[in-house]
Amino acid sequence: MRRAAGDAGPVLCVLMAILVLWYAAAAALNLQWERDQAERAGRAPSLTQMLSAAMSQDRPVLPAPHQVAVEIWKTTVDKKITSKRSLVYHSWVTLSATLLGFAMGTLLGVLLAVGIVHSRALDLSLMPWIIASQTIPILAIAPMIIVVLNAVGISGLLPKALISTYLSFFPVAVGMVKGLRSPDAMQMDQMRTWSATTAQTFWKLRLPSSMPYLFASLKVAVAASLVGAIVGELPTGAVAGLGARLLAGSYYGQTIQIWSALVTASILAAALVAIVGAMHRRVLRRMGAAA
Amino acid sequence: MQAQASRTAAASDDAASRPAVIEARGLSLTFPADDGPVHALSDVDLTIRKGDFVSFIGPSGCGKTTFLRVIADLEQPTAGEVRVNGMTPREARLARAYGYVFQAAGLYPWRTIAANVRLPLEIMGYPREEQEERVRRTLELVNLTGFERKFPWQLSGGMQQRASIARALAFDADILLMDEPFGALDEIVRDHLNEQLLKLWAKTDKTIGFVTHSIPEAVYLSTRIVVMSPRPGRIIDVIESTLPRERPLDIRETPEFLEIAHRVREGLKAGHSYED
Ligand SMILES: Nc1ncnc2c1ncn2[C@@H]1O[C@H](COP(=O)(O)OP(=O)(O)O)[C@@H](O)[C@H]1O
Ligand SMILES: [Mg+2]
Repeated sequence: MRRAAGDAGPVLCVLMAILVLWYAAAAALNLQWERDQAERAGRAPSLTQMLSAAMSQDRPVLPAPHQVAVEIWKTTVDKKITSKRSLVYHSWVTLSATLLGFAMGTLLGVLLAVGIVHSRALDLSLMPWIIASQTIPILAIAPMIIVVLNAVGISGLLPKALISTYLSFFPVAVGMVKGLRSPDAMQMDQMRTWSATTAQTFWKLRLPSSMPYLFASLKVAVAASLVGAIVGELPTGAVAGLGARLLAGSYYGQTIQIWSALVTASILAAALVAIVGAMHRRVLRRMGAAA
Repeated sequence: MQAQASRTAAASDDAASRPAVIEARGLSLTFPADDGPVHALSDVDLTIRKGDFVSFIGPSGCGKTTFLRVIADLEQPTAGEVRVNGMTPREARLARAYGYVFQAAGLYPWRTIAANVRLPLEIMGYPREEQEERVRRTLELVNLTGFERKFPWQLSGGMQQRASIARALAFDADILLMDEPFGALDEIVRDHLNEQLLKLWAKTDKTIGFVTHSIPEAVYLSTRIVVMSPRPGRIIDVIESTLPRERPLDIRETPEFLEIAHRVREGLKAGHSYED
């Protein structure tokens, strides 16, 4: 707990710096439009007038932080969760696909790693494909996946979750291969002196040894899952989800809506990573780490 | 050699009547390497009898570890034969004939001391109550009663190594193979552990194979000292100790002790002169 309080200081500092930069950028980007407007109307407003106008445009090039904050407030606290305009509703749509994809990706990654560590044939045959899979730009194949799955009658949650799976299995597989191989030669010899079976070596030595690697991978994977779910909502013009809000916002030039969705997505990502981190600390404590 | 042999005749008579536990005949092991093969062991003959405490001493790279690993079925010999309790090393390993103590304690940081000692018992499928009983008994044997629920990082290096010895003793193997178990510990802790190891050996009647770099350690502990030399790894001398089985620490100042130590040192020197 004391550590959490100590950590907050630097985080707040960075947050302040981001806000300052954000305001500066918003002023710089939006002022031009105000200047043009004033010129056309033949007015000569003062800089302060122009600045305050630049911070409250309807469709700014870059909305100011407070505009985004107000928009998020209006679309979360002030809206019923069931409303199609509620960000909570859209977040949940994206989050459910993220979590499903994350679960499937973790399972797939762990299974692949277990296979690779125990079979030389799998190691040689699978590893190059796993690495090659990540060189394919997801944006290029996401529409195909969604369209193909729609054609065979699979729509909604699953296609998006599959894109999340595709993005999240990789860090888990790579991390777990490393983790399951982390016991040293002496530890493996020791198991042999006890004539331990492969399964016993796995459950009693390899798996516990791999926990730090697993959780490091899970943090990357959960963030990647969220990106995957959002990307999965873009190509088909989905009607719900943070990706849909991004898309709709860009159709209608609703920059404030776009940025609210973006900020919500980052808050969601930070929360997911924090939850994985908390799980990691719990597991470490149960495994006897110094408190 | 001759004089020495007759002086220890009484001891050897007794020894010859005890059954051979480990027998190596013409044992050789060559590791292939990029810069030519490494002859880790070359034509090694040795018999270790029940209840022996045999130390292996020699400079680094003379094949001490390799010899222990061949006995433990962790390395395959390229020539010759090893019998452990009359079986091949593989059969002996499967029959749980030996416990092996590595130089590093190698305790699992996520297991308590008791759970670490219980690990081989879990693997070997002992019933639950018997596991607890054996853990209790072996921890008592190495004076770690009361530390069951501690984690390894809460123990000193010496205590960790004692826990690892307990782990090797937890199942009833009658052979204990130890590869420089106290090599990383300071002298004071080491003396203490040596004393305890002798007591434990007297109590349990195990046969012990013990690798060390230290002459006093070898002489203090052993009934027989095997002096080895490198390139190729081979046995230079096997010295029967004339010391009594009961050995207080100050036995190390007696003339008898110093004489055996001297002979070990001579053996080591002879081994070295081969190289230059
Ligand atoms: N797995 C291996 N591969 C190649 N060479 C090895 C291997 N293990 C040991 N050796 C070599 O065999 C020789 C004997 O090694 P070792 O038995 O460990 O010596 P010691 O324990 O007496 O110091 C050394 O020269 C060492 O480099
Ligand atoms: Mg060695």
